[in-house]
Amino acid sequence: METRNRGQGSLGAPNAPVGTETTTARASKWEALASSPEFRRLITAKRNFIIPATIFFLVYYFALPLGNGLAPSLMNTKIIGNINLAYLFALSEFVMAWILAAVYIRRANRVFDPLAAAVRRLAARMGVGA
Amino acid sequence: MTTTLWITAVIVAITLGITIWAARQTRTTVQFYAAGRKIKGWQNGLAIAGDYMSAASFLGIAGLIAFNGYDGFMYSVGWLVAYLTVLLLIAEPIRNTGKYTMADVLSYRMSAGPVRSAAAISTLAVSGFYMIAQMVGAGVVLHLLVPGFSFQLAVVIVGILMIGYVVLGGMIATTWVQIVKATLLMAGAVLLSIMVLSHFGFNPLRFFDAIAKVVDKKSGLNFTQPGILYPHGKHVFLGPLTLDKSTIENVSLGMALIFGTAGLPHILMRFYTVPTARAARASVGWAMGLIGAFYVMTTFLGFGAATLVGKAKIPNSNLAAPKLAEFLGGGPNSFGGELLLGFISAVAFATILAVVAGLTLAASSAFAHDFWMNVIRGGKESESEQVTVARIAAVGVGVIAVLVAINLPTANAAQLVAAAFAVASSGNLPVILFTLFWKRFNTVGAVCGLIGGTAVSILLIIIGPGLNTVPAAHPAFALANPGIVSIPLGFIFAIVGTYIGEALGGDQRAMAMYPEIAVRSQTGVGAEPSSVVEERIPAAV
Repeated sequence: METRNRGQGSLGAPNAPVGTETTTARASKWEALASSPEFRRLITAKRNFIIPATIFFLVYYFALPLGNGLAPSLMNTKIIGNINLAYLFALSEFVMAWILAAVYIRRANRVFDPLAAAVRRLAARMGVGA
Repeated sequence: MTTTLWITAVIVAITLGITIWAARQTRTTVQFYAAGRKIKGWQNGLAIAGDYMSAASFLGIAGLIAFNGYDGFMYSVGWLVAYLTVLLLIAEPIRNTGKYTMADVLSYRMSAGPVRSAAAISTLAVSGFYMIAQMVGAGVVLHLLVPGFSFQLAVVIVGILMIGYVVLGGMIATTWVQIVKATLLMAGAVLLSIMVLSHFGFNPLRFFDAIAKVVDKKSGLNFTQPGILYPHGKHVFLGPLTLDKSTIENVSLGMALIFGTAGLPHILMRFYTVPTARAARASVGWAMGLIGAFYVMTTFLGFGAATLVGKAKIPNSNLAAPKLAEFLGGGPNSFGGELLLGFISAVAFATILAVVAGLTLAASSAFAHDFWMNVIRGGKESESEQVTVARIAAVGVGVIAVLVAINLPTANAAQLVAAAFAVASSGNLPVILFTLFWKRFNTVGAVCGLIGGTAVSILLIIIGPGLNTVPAAHPAFALANPGIVSIPLGFIFAIVGTYIGEALGGDQRAMAMYPEIAVRSQTGVGAEPSSVVEERIPAAV
């Protein structure tokens, strides 16, 4: 029961007004938080990383099936012995995924987390989401 | 076969022992569904890997490569790159806004009743496809281990074990079963890969020389070349547009794989077991390391089976890895052969049991938490009732999966799993993304997206050539993988539904709640805490 009560503040809240707070008053507090400079900084930082990163990995990924299908003779080029470009390209997808994940995790831990913490401190000062 | 049986029995006894131990610690809902949100990042990473690498990964991909060469490896590539979608777009917002299930996130903005009902339907559909595939795979493996058991009996035995896992233990037991299984699976794959390479003097060039000598009779291509599984040929696509069919099938498969993972309810659920978004992120990192390493090794397993054993000596494509193990151990009826076959078959068996447990948990919580408590009971929660309903639902879901699976003795497990990914990417992903990132999105849009995307993908799979439910020379839908059609349609249903919703008078709450979900999902303000407040956050990978 203890755990459930602690959860009330976050998930129980949207379905019913908490205490005397009306839905409109509640929404305007969140809107103020959403338009705060602290939150805008976080969103801009994340957007500037995540959107290009997502486009990059989608292009890189789909280049493989498109290449295999549309340029089979190029992809069948032998690079080392009987190891061809198609296999090496497929292996490079793994390396690409690992590197991009590592770069994102590093960036998120060092840059996004402190920015998010600033928003949480602001929320606490405003008494939102407690 | 006595050795084989003993090894299997020991591994099953260990996993059940862990379940019984964990069962004593499961009392509250948060423990049953989310392991008290106390699972550490690396532990969750192992568990994600355990949840994810199913019969399709171990038995299916090895078999596809053994029978079709390079094209089978495309499944491995897609299933790893998929985690970038999860990591960059989904994992942290899900942890920050949800509680137990995918529908928790959606019902933040949308009307709880319709959205939870629709999400319960799509969750049951995805988990059902996935689970039936595992049951079929388990039936084949157990039938190989003990030829005396018929396929049908084997499926029933797996079903009983699986129901036991979930009903007794909930999420803590499932998590630990997955950690044990992931470790076993990695060990098995490393062992087989080293043994395969030793046959070629640890020289990749000699290995590839042997692979290039394996030639597909129909296409004339050798096994290092793409185009065997999905042959090249003209395909009329969308009226006047004519494209290469191999390309469309591979792109379509890739779309389902890389967008489907982020819509799999049993994988999304795993992010509620960790204390913070940072731990959720770390767990994806760990999972990507393990899953990627395993998928690279599928080339040794698959090509190893193709070169050393040969397609002619493998009775069923799902048995390529076990048959390879038998060969590497010393061949049929040798002690070493039986020992290695026993170990690998048992690993496969444990793999399937763990995945089925995770799936059953997702399906039963969709029913108990989303449908029973929040729709039927109007959100009035009772701890003990909810856990009881989830356990009854777990039994019900398990029984239905067993009943369907025993009627599909020849169905291909990999095709069923790919179908589950197509349903998840078409039904769930568009709605999750729009809920998090599109201000105008509303309840009608969410319901249309969930139901429409799920229905259209299932329909295209049934009328297409993939499952061969009705073998036809000219199937009504030409592609085995419907993703390239069903995923865009899933997004379109959600968008059109949103505009219909606006025309019907709008959805004030969905609009008003957008700033709140935007802030919460990106910052973790007011996120569900772990049941022990002072939990040390594991360092990132």
